[in-house]
Amino acid sequence: MLHFISRGSNYILMLMCGIYALSSFTIFLPSSESAQKGRMDRQEAFVYVFHFICFLVLFLQTLNPKILLLYAGQVLFFRLMIAIYSRLYTDSSRVIMNHTCFLLAISFVMLARLSLEESIKQFAIVVVTDIICLLVPFIVKKAFWLNKLKWFYGILGLTFLCSVFVIGSTHNGSTNWISLGPVTLQPSEFVKITFIFFIAATLANPPGKRVMGVTILFAVAHVVVLVLEKDLGGALLFFVLFILLCFASTGRLIYILGGLAGGAGASVAAYYLFSHVRTRFQAWQNPWSDIDGKGYQITQSLFAIGTGGWFGMGLTQGRPSDIPIANSDFIFSAISEEFGLVFAIGILFVYLGIFVHFIMIAMDVEGKFYKLLAYGFSICFIMQVFLSVGGVTKFIPSTGVTLPLISYGGSSVCSTLIVFAIMQGIFMIAYIKPEEEEEGNDEETDISVPS
Amino acid sequence: MKKLISLFLPKDGKTIRTNRYMFLTCLFFVLLFFGLMGYLIRFMILDSDKIIASPYNRRTENLTQHVLRGKILSEDGQVLAESEIDEDGEEKRIYPHDRTYAHVVGYSSHGQSGLESAYNYDLLTSHMDLRTQLINGINGIKNPGDNIITTLDSRLQEAAYEALDDYQGAIVAIEPSTGKIRAMVSKPDYNPNTINEIWSEIIGDASSSVLLNRATLGLYPPGSTYKVITALEYVTEHLHSYRDFVYKCKGETVVNSVKIHCYKETEHGKETLEQAFAHSCNTAFVTLGCKLDKNNFIRLNHNLLFEQNIQFDLPFTRSRFKFTEKSEKSDLPQTVIGQGETLMTPLHNALIMCAIANDGIMMHPMLVDQITAADGTTVKKHNSRILMELEEKEAIPALKTMLEKAVTEGTASYLQDEDYTAAGKTGTAENEKEKPHSWFVGYSNVEKPDLVVCVVVENTGSGSDYAVPIAKDVFDAYYDHEEE
Repeated sequence: MLHFISRGSNYILMLMCGIYALSSFTIFLPSSESAQKGRMDRQEAFVYVFHFICFLVLFLQTLNPKILLLYAGQVLFFRLMIAIYSRLYTDSSRVIMNHTCFLLAISFVMLARLSLEESIKQFAIVVVTDIICLLVPFIVKKAFWLNKLKWFYGILGLTFLCSVFVIGSTHNGSTNWISLGPVTLQPSEFVKITFIFFIAATLANPPGKRVMGVTILFAVAHVVVLVLEKDLGGALLFFVLFILLCFASTGRLIYILGGLAGGAGASVAAYYLFSHVRTRFQAWQNPWSDIDGKGYQITQSLFAIGTGGWFGMGLTQGRPSDIPIANSDFIFSAISEEFGLVFAIGILFVYLGIFVHFIMIAMDVEGKFYKLLAYGFSICFIMQVFLSVGGVTKFIPSTGVTLPLISYGGSSVCSTLIVFAIMQGIFMIAYIKPEEEEEGNDEETDISVPS
Repeated sequence: MKKLISLFLPKDGKTIRTNRYMFLTCLFFVLLFFGLMGYLIRFMILDSDKIIASPYNRRTENLTQHVLRGKILSEDGQVLAESEIDEDGEEKRIYPHDRTYAHVVGYSSHGQSGLESAYNYDLLTSHMDLRTQLINGINGIKNPGDNIITTLDSRLQEAAYEALDDYQGAIVAIEPSTGKIRAMVSKPDYNPNTINEIWSEIIGDASSSVLLNRATLGLYPPGSTYKVITALEYVTEHLHSYRDFVYKCKGETVVNSVKIHCYKETEHGKETLEQAFAHSCNTAFVTLGCKLDKNNFIRLNHNLLFEQNIQFDLPFTRSRFKFTEKSEKSDLPQTVIGQGETLMTPLHNALIMCAIANDGIMMHPMLVDQITAADGTTVKKHNSRILMELEEKEAIPALKTMLEKAVTEGTASYLQDEDYTAAGKTGTAENEKEKPHSWFVGYSNVEKPDLVVCVVVENTGSGSDYAVPIAKDVFDAYYDHEEE
């Protein structure tokens, strides 16, 4: 009986995800303010309904009262967050807010299905982070000196990144965690933010040759440290970020070409130097020759997606626990297994919608620092989604990257929420310009416009 | 498009060059994601069926909670495997024909094999109409899984099973025009109904090969059955002059410094190509084989799918052909008479005969005709597909004549004087053991071939003495059946 409720509800959820994904693009169409508000309200309502159906299925399956408490807590959290935000920042982007809630709702559901304990922990982290993040847009809006601290960002990031060599611990084969008392952190998740600040601040005013040279050295240092930590996804992410930021800032193709050549060279070198790189690559090339060994993760992931089919096994009806690291790196496969591939592709569209929205903010904001900042965060966000989903579906070699806002992991969700808050800040700078800021920014805009 | 682009440009019209680069990267990532989505859709349509059937995919265990494993049936409706629920509510897999279909159908506890493994996922998927499924679901009754209708003909399978008796070896019977496998037997065998009881014994005994399906996994030297390929190449190269070939057999000869003798040193005397083929004269074939164009000969073997994996429902070992342009000259004489390093599976040998019987077109070997829901509606129908087409079509009539001659006046004459006509080639393949493997591969109804039968009997003696009578039993069963 439950089996049928679960499977039947899947079709409703799939349809909802489809409509939501579509709405994440239709909101870009020009329309009256009231129509736009209607769209936003509908999106928000979808989140609640989706969340409700999923938790109903979960509750019927387990009859665990804790699930009801968790559900109530989460609904309250969504409602309060949206209310406080729209009060505190009347001009903030509701699109970002809705999408955050939608992705978090999927995350909450999937984690509660996989492990209730972890789900509660994750929820607590999200609540705390979001409260802290309430301040972030304010800081971004008011602090003009943010673009003057480039060396501070660079040194802070590198130091933080290197801290794993002193107080690091190993998780899932990568030594990229540090333990501070009861808290374990993944520095690279936060260094992403300082790195983007660092590069954006450097490039905002056309740097001299020496400054540029040192900046490149810093960027290379970031990447090398990540490779040494065996965090290949992180290394690739930083590398692409640097290349694309340089390209967007100057428009010189040499950065792309040089980057491609350097990247290819570095990949080949890494392949021969590091056994873990070889393992990952071989597991991607032919996982079927070693299903029990190297290919274990990726084959289990493909089994999950394949068995789930287009419409999914139904929430709680699959075996996502067969997939290694199903709650984190491989959560996309777990979602696809139970909700179906159609649903999973819907999520990809929502991610794309967020990315396009971010890029639009980057294009609309004035001031090259903010522009590059917004652009950097857009790339960082979409690259992470691509590396994660591409890796678990054998589209590209697996690099062990978390899925933003959905994967379990405090550092990951925390850093993504901070990024979203920063984007809210930039959004407000872009679309409402208090007088005093306008002057300050115009100057920079003039400099950054090449004739 | 312009509209779309303008959507991304600043509203005040002040275009900044940086925006253009940002727009370009945005476009790049959007396309990248479309690529990823396309890849996922392609994966689901094309690859996922095969992938999820893997025994490593433990998700099918979940399906067993809601679905009663489907049946496996012969084409004429005999139940080959079915699941029953006993009084204790335990599910039991029953194989009504005990050993007869052991290797083809396989088993499904202690891992899986045969069709039970290949179609595991289909057997555990129910395509009953939604209402029945819903009612069953509410009442807590398992839905019946889909049924697998094989291409096997129960009469032929039983005849083949009986015919092979207590010998070790394999039999394959295929309909050449469609590629449908009508019978497949391998011995020694086991009773799948008792797999749980005999499992530890089988696994404990390293020398036991009862689980091995010799028809698809057994590699045997083809012996004289390989002369079909040598003759095909020779006739192709001498399309207008092969009839002029004359050889005087003295029972043994030396070619490329290798001494070759005929079976039991028989002296065949003066003979044409057809006669040499019909009597399976080694010395004549070594002589003409060593004059073949090496490159063409190697290419023909590769076209005939040696050293290549052939897609099939059951695990199918690729046949070995080690002769290359760089091989020693002295390797050639053994190769052209099927001794050397060449090794073949019985199914592959049957497929080559199918290609000849079917005028140069080799059909994909097919073991499952369709998958049906428990209520009989078709879920998936398999169609015959061409696997390979021979370029040497002009030589096929000549080859057919030779194969017929082997029956009318040669080594396979045991098949003479029947209600049906037959053609084929015997083989007596020497191996490391004392007695040779006995082969026969051929077809019946020479005008329009109905059935290809391939028989290999391990370590017995000549093809004429052992394999041909067994093949005859299978052909007889086919035509008895036809009359009714």
